[in-house]
Amino acid sequence: MEGLIALVIGVLTASGVFLVLRAQTFPVVLGLTLLSYAVNLFLFVMGRLAIGVPPVITPNATAYADPLPQALVLTAIVISFGMTAFVIVLSLKARAELGNDHVDGRMEHKESQQ
Amino acid sequence: MVLASGDLIRAHPLYLPTLLLILLGVFTKSAQFPFHFWLPHAMAAPTPVSAYLHSATMVKAGVFLLARLFPALSGTPEWFWIVSLIGMTTLLIGAYIALYKHDLKGLLAYSTISHLGLITLLFGLSTPLGAVAGVFHIINHAIFKASLFMAAGIIDHECGTRDMRKINGLWKYMPHTATLAMVASASMAGVPLFNGFLSKEMFFAESVQVASHHLAGWLLPALVTLGGAFAVAYSIRFIHDVFFNGEPIDLPKTPHEPPRWMKVPVEILVVLCLIVGIAPALSIAPLLEIAARGTLQSTLPEYHLALWHGMNPAVVMSLLAMVGGSLIYLLRRPLFALHDRGLGRLDARALYHGILHGLYALSRSVTQHFDIGSLQRQIFLLLLLALLVIASPWILHEAELTGARSTMELNGFAWVVGTTLILSSLATVLLHRQRFIVFLPLGAVGLMVALIFVGFSAPDLALTQLSVEIVTIVLLLLALYFLPQSSPPEENKARLWRDGILAVFSGAAATLLAWSVLSRPYETISGFFLENSIPGGGGSNVVNVILVDFRGYDTLGEITVLALAALGISALLQGLQLNAPDRDAQQRLWDHDAHPTIMATLSRILLPFALLVAVFILLRGHNQPGGGFIAGLIAVVAIILQYLANGSYWMHQRFKYEVSPLLAWGLGIATLTGVTSAMFRHPFLTSTFSHLHIPGIGEIELASAMAFDLGVFLVVLGSILIILVQLGFLHRANPILGRFEARSWKD
Repeated sequence: MEGLIALVIGVLTASGVFLVLRAQTFPVVLGLTLLSYAVNLFLFVMGRLAIGVPPVITPNATAYADPLPQALVLTAIVISFGMTAFVIVLSLKARAELGNDHVDGRMEHKESQQ
Repeated sequence: MVLASGDLIRAHPLYLPTLLLILLGVFTKSAQFPFHFWLPHAMAAPTPVSAYLHSATMVKAGVFLLARLFPALSGTPEWFWIVSLIGMTTLLIGAYIALYKHDLKGLLAYSTISHLGLITLLFGLSTPLGAVAGVFHIINHAIFKASLFMAAGIIDHECGTRDMRKINGLWKYMPHTATLAMVASASMAGVPLFNGFLSKEMFFAESVQVASHHLAGWLLPALVTLGGAFAVAYSIRFIHDVFFNGEPIDLPKTPHEPPRWMKVPVEILVVLCLIVGIAPALSIAPLLEIAARGTLQSTLPEYHLALWHGMNPAVVMSLLAMVGGSLIYLLRRPLFALHDRGLGRLDARALYHGILHGLYALSRSVTQHFDIGSLQRQIFLLLLLALLVIASPWILHEAELTGARSTMELNGFAWVVGTTLILSSLATVLLHRQRFIVFLPLGAVGLMVALIFVGFSAPDLALTQLSVEIVTIVLLLLALYFLPQSSPPEENKARLWRDGILAVFSGAAATLLAWSVLSRPYETISGFFLENSIPGGGGSNVVNVILVDFRGYDTLGEITVLALAALGISALLQGLQLNAPDRDAQQRLWDHDAHPTIMATLSRILLPFALLVAVFILLRGHNQPGGGFIAGLIAVVAIILQYLANGSYWMHQRFKYEVSPLLAWGLGIATLTGVTSAMFRHPFLTSTFSHLHIPGIGEIELASAMAFDLGVFLVVLGSILIILVQLGFLHRANPILGRFEARSWKD
């Protein structure tokens, strides 16, 4: 199980890294989204894997999952959304100001539409 | 405390670096070689200011630190060699250059450097008596140098120049000032009866004393005497050049005695020179004793302040210095010529600026090399570096990859979720150029991540991830409308390979890192939270209690960040004009029926229920999975659904409220919860709770953390609504789409 999770984190990271390195703004935003999934998962599993033991105190429970990474990741998920929103709006602004969606603001290609 | 633990400090392994850093500060501040060049150039101020800064306070701060830390740091060979060598070099260089300065203040400035070198050398000798002499010289130098600076100021004021090649024979014009300046110069030269003589005598005696313990014992006294001779020479030059030596040469003004009050400060200082010089035991001794005791922090050595100690080596050295100094001054013409051709050309400041210039050029070229204005390249370098950092432990230390912890068996659920996630992630990469279609695999990735949270006992995370996933997709869809619908193919195949290889390595590194952590046992601090969640925070959902109670301060920061992001986005979107396409990627016109009736009707029915769920989730969040973040997200989804199904035009007519005050309300409530607890003399954000029993509903927990969670709820709701609705209004502002909207509603 741990191996599969590690693999999942790795694939998400690799996909994110590849997309972040693209030249247009939109794939970069996609890449950031995937990277934040990877990071959130990575943080989450730092509390190790546990099945069926949610960290909600009940009288009969014998074990609980580690609540601390969960609390960290919960806010991280919301903050990642804030970041994604900011970056995508920044890319809209860049397109309006520079007339293209290249990350460096350069016209390297003809716009594929319009 | 620090001063008393000298032995401990000196034995510490970090003693040498500490010493070097402190000495660096001391030497630069007190203008020691090779940092001496700044002082003469800092003499731009009016002379009284120079007198104050450069004789008494500012440059003395360095040697004062040296004196202060003397009991803590001195006594080691490192201290001895570094401090005394630098002091000696500064003493000689300063005295040598001072002789050749034609500017009155320049001469005094280099003389100051030389005297600071002398004081440094005294502390460097590491003997108690040396330290006493050092402190004594700090006082004496301040007295005579300040009076000299002010005398130089008077001369400058009266003559309009400070060039000693022009100022000659002032004795005739200002005998009073001349007398004062001569007394002070004599003190600077170390002539008996003046205060400078006393500390210089102690200095000479101490150098002989220390030298007898070291190799080449004659060298230290010889060099010290040479420095003394140069001091005599430049003092004679100051007196002879300025006040005698023929007639003034085309001065801008005709000099005469200055006003009475210009001379008073000099007079006071010169009288002090004499009093201290003639009757030290009656005047300066008590002050010196206090200063020396403070410096040494232990019993004072035997010393005796007096004019005449009998015939001893120090007297011989003084005599030698006087005779030598006079000889040097007599030989000044050939010496000046020699200096102008040789050493005079060396300018430490030019050297310094040269080095500085070179460093600037180097940093510029490094920057230009790495920062070529390309984000792609920057990110590549950043990721490459991160990869190296992650990989270094395995490469450098050959760390074990797998730890001792036993791993879990795979189950079918995990297989399905894992493989779906991996395939969707890869599909996102493969399809990323078709920007609309890529939402399918991207959404799948998000949902699978939520399922992982479900599977591994994190219901709060699963709920958050699910609702964030929805708003993320809505957000990206809204934005994509204004961006090209597809990416052009990458023309640079080498870049594709390069990025691909980096991506694969990064992924491999992340996998290995995650694996090596997961396969190791660990200690968690979460026991504290699990135990104290109910007694301390009054809630059984530990994740929520951590968020709103234990780590409430962090959460307050996080919702502030979210609110700021929303405001930033709002500002970015202000007045943004974007051309939107009226056709989709396949060149089809947009559907006129933008808001299908079934969807619109159903969504309207859903709204109250969805909001009810949000409130429910908010209320139960303290004890069951839920809370402000999740409730806020659910409420957002419910409201955004109305925008999607009915159009922003329709919504705008019914939902006329400004959303931005929600941010203020939310942050205000959350902060107020903290302030309230502070008013009851508890730490900021301490929570309190009690139970309330409502018939028919059951036990309800009233915790102050609930109010905090309400703040979180409002901020999340407000921020995300601002972001999405403003982005949506861009569409409405668009002429083509706005027309659709209006028409579809009228129809």
